[in-house]
Amino acid sequence: MLELKGISQIFGGVTALNDVSFSIHADQVTGVIGPNGAGKTTLFNIVTGIYQQTSGQVIFEGSDISGIPVERLAAKGMVRTFQNIELFGQMTVLENVMVGLHSKSKSGLFACSFKAPWAIKEERRIREEAHEWLRFTGIDQLAHVQASNLPFGKGRMLEIARAMACKPRLILMDEPAAGLNSQETVGLAELIRKIRDLGVTVVLVEHDMELVMDICDRIVVLNLGQKLAEGTPREIQDNPEVIAAYLGDDE
Amino acid sequence: MKKELIKYAVFALCILLAPLAFSGNYLMNVLVFVGIHTMLAVALNLLLGYAGQISLGHAAFFGLGAYGSGILSATYEWNPWLAMAVVALVVGGLAFAIGFPILKLKGHYLAMATLGMGIIVYIVFNEWVAITGGPSGFSAIPNLELGPLVFDSDLKNYYLVWTFVLGCVLLSVNLANSRIGRAFRAIHDAEVAARVMGVNARLLKVQVFALSAMICAIAGSLYAHVMTFVAPPSFGFNISVELLTMVVIGGLGSIYGSFLGALLLTLLPEFLRFMHDYDIVFYGGLLMVMTIFMPGGLVHGIPELFRKITGLKNKKGGAHA
Repeated sequence: MLELKGISQIFGGVTALNDVSFSIHADQVTGVIGPNGAGKTTLFNIVTGIYQQTSGQVIFEGSDISGIPVERLAAKGMVRTFQNIELFGQMTVLENVMVGLHSKSKSGLFACSFKAPWAIKEERRIREEAHEWLRFTGIDQLAHVQASNLPFGKGRMLEIARAMACKPRLILMDEPAAGLNSQETVGLAELIRKIRDLGVTVVLVEHDMELVMDICDRIVVLNLGQKLAEGTPREIQDNPEVIAAYLGDDE
Repeated sequence: MKKELIKYAVFALCILLAPLAFSGNYLMNVLVFVGIHTMLAVALNLLLGYAGQISLGHAAFFGLGAYGSGILSATYEWNPWLAMAVVALVVGGLAFAIGFPILKLKGHYLAMATLGMGIIVYIVFNEWVAITGGPSGFSAIPNLELGPLVFDSDLKNYYLVWTFVLGCVLLSVNLANSRIGRAFRAIHDAEVAARVMGVNARLLKVQVFALSAMICAIAGSLYAHVMTFVAPPSFGFNISVELLTMVVIGGLGSIYGSFLGALLLTLLPEFLRFMHDYDIVFYGGLLMVMTIFMPGGLVHGIPELFRKITGLKNKKGGAHA
């Protein structure tokens, strides 16, 4: 599904990532974990085209996507969410999700201005599908609320609804549980399972170990810009190197 | 969507019937200017209020439209309608070409770049005397004609200009409520997130810039044919700033707000004539007060004011609103 080959990232002499390689298997939930500063978010930004890596390749479904502009990835089937939710604050919840359908619609500037019949039809479809995704994430009753007025937890749900509206085959979530209370985290875990059951591959960077161990099929551990281990949650929990990285080494 | 249609119908009806309520050539003439300013403000609002990209040089596109139409129809004796269409397309194309490099810039830097563009165009109007007539202006521009109908009176010009304004408003409202309009606002609110959703921010910014320039060029052509005379001061930096003020005072991201802004800022100087030299002080003061107390612009401020007034009445009556 997604393959990282020898990714390195150097920021002005600081090596943030050093030769990281691993692959993500389709239809699974993969967690990327690691102590602060391990390079998780940097890796995410490289995969999603926001940063350009110093060296290495990102292969998505067999094709090299390194250096492809961010906006082309949605159409290819990859989408992400952000750690500090990035909503379109001045727009309503429904409109936010409707933007998520941008790459799945194509009426141009003139067709929209002149309300061409196909543009009207497409607009209706966009609206209906957006409502479906709001129901999927359980926030349909907030459809007409301005996004900037949402509480944080609902904002997170909206971000996921918006991302799902792109109909991705791969969704990357950057710390989806950050800022959520325990009840909301439970809801999130349920939602992530639902997404996986739709046949969408999920990758998440996360600090909440309970959540990671609960929902991930596989886990990749990063430490100090390098891959430390990968395996099932059980294997990772028993891995002495991982324990040392998190808790400090006794020797 | 029904609501939008009703809003538009009411707006159009008011515009069409206004000459019945107000009369006199002077007032009609002022209302013609309100129309031209509305077009310009709507154009700038699409760029600034929706897509969030500033321009301090929009008077340049207005001027290019006016001079382009004037020169082609007077000097080269083109059919004015053809000239208008060609000029609009050329200015749109020009803006598209300029847009690619300058819309890479953000915020203050974009303001500087567009300011520079405006100044360059202004200098060309002033200095290229052989073609533009230089500082003394360019005259003898023919009126527009439609069969036997010559647009040579204030009332005829009123309907001419406002027909264009109504078309422009309708198309802009449609655009604003479409996937493209939402993409503009998404770019405005969170550009990276918009791009992640597949919005081609760079291309859309250039497109809206070109569209905005085209609307300004058409407004410029109308201005030239209505006035039959154009001169550089009508397209200077202060005009760009005035347009910006109309958009902000009217309400960023509201098409009808731009109309309100254009209406207020065009009528106000006329009503303040009696103050003689102090009018500019009052004008400036009013703008300050309005930006402080109506930060959302007239389009949000007026209904709020209305609610407050009626709310007060209700309280006095002891009723709960």
